[in-house]
Amino acid sequence: MTIAGAATRGRRSPRGREALLAYGLIAPAFIILAVFSFYPLYRLFRFALYRPNRFGTGERYVGWSNLPKVLGGDEFQSGLWITLKYVLYTVPPGLALGLLLALAANRRLRGIKIFQTIFSSTVASSVAVASVVFFGLVNPEIGKFGRVAFIDLSSSDSALRGVALSSIWQNMGLTFVIVLAGLQALPDEVLEASRIDGFGPIRRLFRVILPMISPTLLFLVVVLVIFAFQSFAPMEFLTGGGPAGSTETLVFKIFRRQEFGRINEGAVMSLGLFGLTFAVTLLQLTVLNRRIHYGN
Amino acid sequence: MATETAIPVTSRGRARRRAAGWYVLLGVLSSLVLYPMWMTVVRAFSDPFIYLQEGQPFLPTAIDWGVFRTAWSDGALGQAMALSVLIAVLITVAQLVTSVAAAYAFAYLRFPLKNVLFVLLLASLLLPIEVTLLANIQTIRELEWLNSIQGLVVPFTASAFGIFLLRQGFLGVPSELRDAARLDGFGHLGFMWRVALPTNRPIVGSFILITALGAWNSYLWPRTVVDQERWQTVQVALRSISVERPERFNVGVAAALIAFLPILILLIVFQKQIIRGLTAGAVKG
Repeated sequence: MTIAGAATRGRRSPRGREALLAYGLIAPAFIILAVFSFYPLYRLFRFALYRPNRFGTGERYVGWSNLPKVLGGDEFQSGLWITLKYVLYTVPPGLALGLLLALAANRRLRGIKIFQTIFSSTVASSVAVASVVFFGLVNPEIGKFGRVAFIDLSSSDSALRGVALSSIWQNMGLTFVIVLAGLQALPDEVLEASRIDGFGPIRRLFRVILPMISPTLLFLVVVLVIFAFQSFAPMEFLTGGGPAGSTETLVFKIFRRQEFGRINEGAVMSLGLFGLTFAVTLLQLTVLNRRIHYGN
Repeated sequence: MATETAIPVTSRGRARRRAAGWYVLLGVLSSLVLYPMWMTVVRAFSDPFIYLQEGQPFLPTAIDWGVFRTAWSDGALGQAMALSVLIAVLITVAQLVTSVAAAYAFAYLRFPLKNVLFVLLLASLLLPIEVTLLANIQTIRELEWLNSIQGLVVPFTASAFGIFLLRQGFLGVPSELRDAARLDGFGHLGFMWRVALPTNRPIVGSFILITALGAWNSYLWPRTVVDQERWQTVQVALRSISVERPERFNVGVAAALIAFLPILILLIVFQKQIIRGLTAGAVKG
């Protein structure tokens, strides 16, 4: 780095002092991350490899065999399956809606800012607020749509779809905002050129606009998938994990395994979730790398 | 900015009809987005028994602002909101301080293991609270921080995202400004306060807003680390006020509206900054 420390060079402080200053500056952030991000990873492995004895007085080493046992077990497998289904129920519809909103709002019209504000408004809603809002809509007893079979919370076949509505709505604002930013970053000339080439609106959308904002869409897919992996509040508010455990996502199951005696199983599940997040984040990094090349 | 321009006007009437068509579409989509919120407002202003007898009305049946007063006092919502404000402020200030400091070091200083430490920072993004929850709650138990401000705040006082964002901003400060600062005899502190931070005011502003928003809205951790009512944040309190008492759901949704409103106002006032923060990852890559 050639431009390192304008002020440092001005004072002609020796290199050692610069390094010392740097370590001092990064120390607070790194201490917090060490204690609450990295040490927990170590602890999860530790919980996974040891198990308390029957009386809760000590623990014994059970080894790595515990991992495949839990990860292959019914509880983790069903949690994983429900989580993946939740991805399927929330991501494609959410992305399609956000795209529709952004395409509609990306034009020069009087008052368009008002529509853009409305479309982005759900950004302000928390998972808890969104869950309360949808409790009023889809709860079987008091909800307006509580008896619609496709999203019926009282049936284990459809409950997850009902829960998904609240996530779709809550993430819609963010999806809209990001797609709109992607659309607005498109160069005018390209759109003009496609128009002169006689492309109709549908062809322009699929042949020009969507391919050009595909990096933004891929980024969004990753973000929404990770949100779905991490969902917990909508299930806790709307179904409490039921009926018959049909809405118990991985995080829901992990949350329920805090107490002594179950935490070991929960730790393995957490590591499974870590693996999932890891895979998707790596995908995100590759996507972002491609974006940079794309930009060049 | 590539906004789709109106098609070259062949006749004014056609352009007007086209615009009208867009307004209709935008109106329909707006009602789709606002419908759940509107139903919530209606519910706050309706007798809960109406729902059991006649189903959900489309317009309020009994405008009674008292429901908000009930929601405020009944579930100790006022106390929960005060706690949430305090937590959001503490987390935001702490993240800002730790992130600015670390970002400054990564942007301007040379030190051994810099790249390794930067990769480590990157790696921490792979460990969201959902993954580390069980281990962290053990740590918090051992520290005896359950039901405490420290328990709610300390795990979130550093942010890899914040460090990246600010470092990026610092690297963007023109080298002429750095040279000028050097000639003026600014030390590190002077350079940071007088040059690096002021030129990055928009990024700092977005970061503050996004962090505060996230802290205010967070659910899983406050839900896990607290089991006494007096330490409930507003988001956690919402559950006991609303979904645990469906027979008084009008009070519950009133509470949700109270929790939502300040953030909505914040969003409308600082729309540009918040959107810049939300799209930081997507647009810059």
